[in-house]
Amino acid sequence: MNWRRASIAVLGAVPVIALFAWGLTRDPNEIVSPLPGRQAPTFALGVFASGEGTLARPVGDTIALDRMRGQVVVLNFWASWCLACLDEHAELSAAALRYAERPVQFVGVLYNDVAAAGTNWIARQGGQAYPSVLDPGARTAIDYGLYGVPETFVIDGAGRVVYKHIGPVSAALLRMKIDSLLAASAVAPAAPALDGPR
Amino acid sequence: MTRLVAVDALWFALIACAVGGIVAPIAIARGKRQWLPFAQAAVYANFALVTIATGAMMWALATHDFSISYVAQVGSRATPLFYTVISLWGALEGSILFWAWVLALYSAIVVYTNRNRPGNLVPYAASALLIIALFFHILLVGPANPFHLVSPVPLDGPGPNPLLQNHILMAVHPPLLYLGYVGMSVPFAFAVGALLSGEAGSDGWIRLTRRWTLLAWAFLAAAIIAGMWWSYEVLGWGGYWAWDPVENASFIPFLTATAFLHSVMVQERRGMLKLWNINLVVGTFALTILGTFLTRSGIISSVHAFTQGTIGYYFLAFIAVVLIGSAILIAGNSDSLRTDGRFDAPVARESVFLLNNLLLTVFMFTVLVGTLFPLVAEAARGVKVSVGEPFFNRMTLPVIVALLFLMGVGPALPWKRGSIEDLKVKMIPGTIVGVILAAIVLLLGTRNVYGVLAFAFAGFAGTLNIGEYVIGVRARRAAHGESVLTALRRLFGANQRRYGGYVAHLGIIVVAVGIAASSTFRTEREATLKPGETMTLGKVTARLKDVWGRNEPQRDVIGATVELLAASGEPYAVLSPRMNIYPMSDQPIPTPDVRSTPFGDTYMNLMSFREDGSSATIKIINEPLVPWIWFGGGVICLGALISGWPTRRSA
Repeated sequence: MNWRRASIAVLGAVPVIALFAWGLTRDPNEIVSPLPGRQAPTFALGVFASGEGTLARPVGDTIALDRMRGQVVVLNFWASWCLACLDEHAELSAAALRYAERPVQFVGVLYNDVAAAGTNWIARQGGQAYPSVLDPGARTAIDYGLYGVPETFVIDGAGRVVYKHIGPVSAALLRMKIDSLLAASAVAPAAPALDGPR
Repeated sequence: MTRLVAVDALWFALIACAVGGIVAPIAIARGKRQWLPFAQAAVYANFALVTIATGAMMWALATHDFSISYVAQVGSRATPLFYTVISLWGALEGSILFWAWVLALYSAIVVYTNRNRPGNLVPYAASALLIIALFFHILLVGPANPFHLVSPVPLDGPGPNPLLQNHILMAVHPPLLYLGYVGMSVPFAFAVGALLSGEAGSDGWIRLTRRWTLLAWAFLAAAIIAGMWWSYEVLGWGGYWAWDPVENASFIPFLTATAFLHSVMVQERRGMLKLWNINLVVGTFALTILGTFLTRSGIISSVHAFTQGTIGYYFLAFIAVVLIGSAILIAGNSDSLRTDGRFDAPVARESVFLLNNLLLTVFMFTVLVGTLFPLVAEAARGVKVSVGEPFFNRMTLPVIVALLFLMGVGPALPWKRGSIEDLKVKMIPGTIVGVILAAIVLLLGTRNVYGVLAFAFAGFAGTLNIGEYVIGVRARRAAHGESVLTALRRLFGANQRRYGGYVAHLGIIVVAVGIAASSTFRTEREATLKPGETMTLGKVTARLKDVWGRNEPQRDVIGATVELLAASGEPYAVLSPRMNIYPMSDQPIPTPDVRSTPFGDTYMNLMSFREDGSSATIKIINEPLVPWIWFGGGVICLGALISGWPTRRSA
């Protein structure tokens, strides 16, 4: 038995084991994003699916983040080829209708898809309460560091990302986030002064 | 009652493994060989006890005994009996129980077939197997106990994961995978036995190990192909391989085992690569445990991953024991693993084996690094990234093409010293076939470099491997005046291992051609049709007949009846792609329908439908040569069977 060689070999095995041990303490599905707490990347994108009722915006209209200051913006990235988007679709529309009378704007962003497939998909799901926009070249998706679809960003009245959700979102969760933002803005309505040096 | 019997059986099995596992080393150290039969008895007892526990679980599943936690988790009264019983391996706890059973079965066979072998190798190997079994028993009475008491007893359960009760291959793929995975424990145990008994430098353990590795390898190959088939038939995306971490976990040990099956011949013939071979054996086993760890611990996200729990820490501890223990054993004994021979010439079969091992190792590390990359990247830079299909394809395709080339050259070269001139002559027919295939593929319009190269080198290797039979048969006919068939039969008889190996090569080549064709020439089309309307993809014209719905006890089924039309407009086949909707799942489970011919499949999936039946969206995929993959898998196993079939001479 050559113990010197044996101990060298053991030293080789230790880093591998240590890596796994450390890996076990992590959640592989948790993806950290630097965005929450920061200013949301701006965008100005064209509507391709109008939405319904009071929330509707004409097709071709431009939705720009800058023009929605003072409102809570719920930005949902989706695609017609995305299975998980089916799960959250009804929840999102329900949440949008619930806040129709409040300063809350829901926007769908079609990711890596064509407008026709998107409108088809919406028709198959029996409509979408709020407008959806096209994102040519996925520029906005890149700005937001999209990992996959669906992803949902909640942006406050000062244009800051306050919450990012990966995967299908639920109406209850959205309600929680939006209500707390609306409550905060009721105390200190739309305060752009908060945007100080960081 | 069932529960108590099973839990007691598992506890007794645990005790048998713990006691039996330490008896042999102590008996040998103390010179008390009369104690060794206790270790043997422990192996048999363990098998009997785990069989009781596994039988109890199958009984509980079949009788819907929802007082048992695992049954309450995966059982349901509405699920057909067959799928109920095979859900034994459908979730974490049951699959660990099944694992323990396969391991117990293998251990019993190993000990029984080697009961008269002198020396300490087999007692030590039995010890190693019992200790591995001990680990699984600890899981079974601890974090993965499938026999918890559920109270109050539910009236019904949710049923197995819908994806796992949707296809018959679910009864085939997991058991094959376990037979392959667990089978790798046996060579590992022999390696440990050889190192502990001081026989590692001799050839005896290698002969024992080779056939067991071949067996496990064949099961693993069959399991991988069956898994691809299952994915193809069930998931509805028309593909069969996605480099998912769990697929990779089954593929990585397959690569090291393949390397071992080749390099072991160099050790047997030339006394070289001893240290390397023992590392391959140990590495293969460690990689099977690593694969299980990756799938069961939730450390890496995957579509296949089981739920997260504390079980990861147990696996981690076990991997640590295996890695550190083997490192000490191998490195500490490396003096006895010195090589006896040396390489004589660069142009010889052993050089090709060496290159083949190098490439397989590179292949293995590429897949391993790609799989573990998310973990490494997060540890190093704190960011979550993953490398997907493009990485694996770009990195592994050159290696695959090079391996195909070597697969042709290796059999054409003699041991020790070959001549370039002979090789050149032997390579001529293969080169011609390869060039012709490449030209055909180019003419068919492919501009994918690796697609063309894969066809060319598959043709090259296939011709050279067939050429070996031609040469052998010719020689026998010249020497003995035998008929072609007699000569071929005797050729296999005289050197079944070699010619069986070439059959396995041909199987791999057939699989490679199937994969190359289906990935380069695949075409697809999606269209929304009203009943009576048609769509066309290449030569296939399909007409939607109707959209229908049906309620079954465990699920609702929506289907479309689609006719394939001949040029005359007459239907020649009917396909019924469906969606199965299970109560426990939000998403419908696609159930594609496939029409297979020897030259390819017409793959049809129901993408969506109008609830009133007025239209359906159908996706048709033209999948050339896909059945070759499944057929090639069968040929690989046939080759392994010929190669490893026990004969009087070798026994």
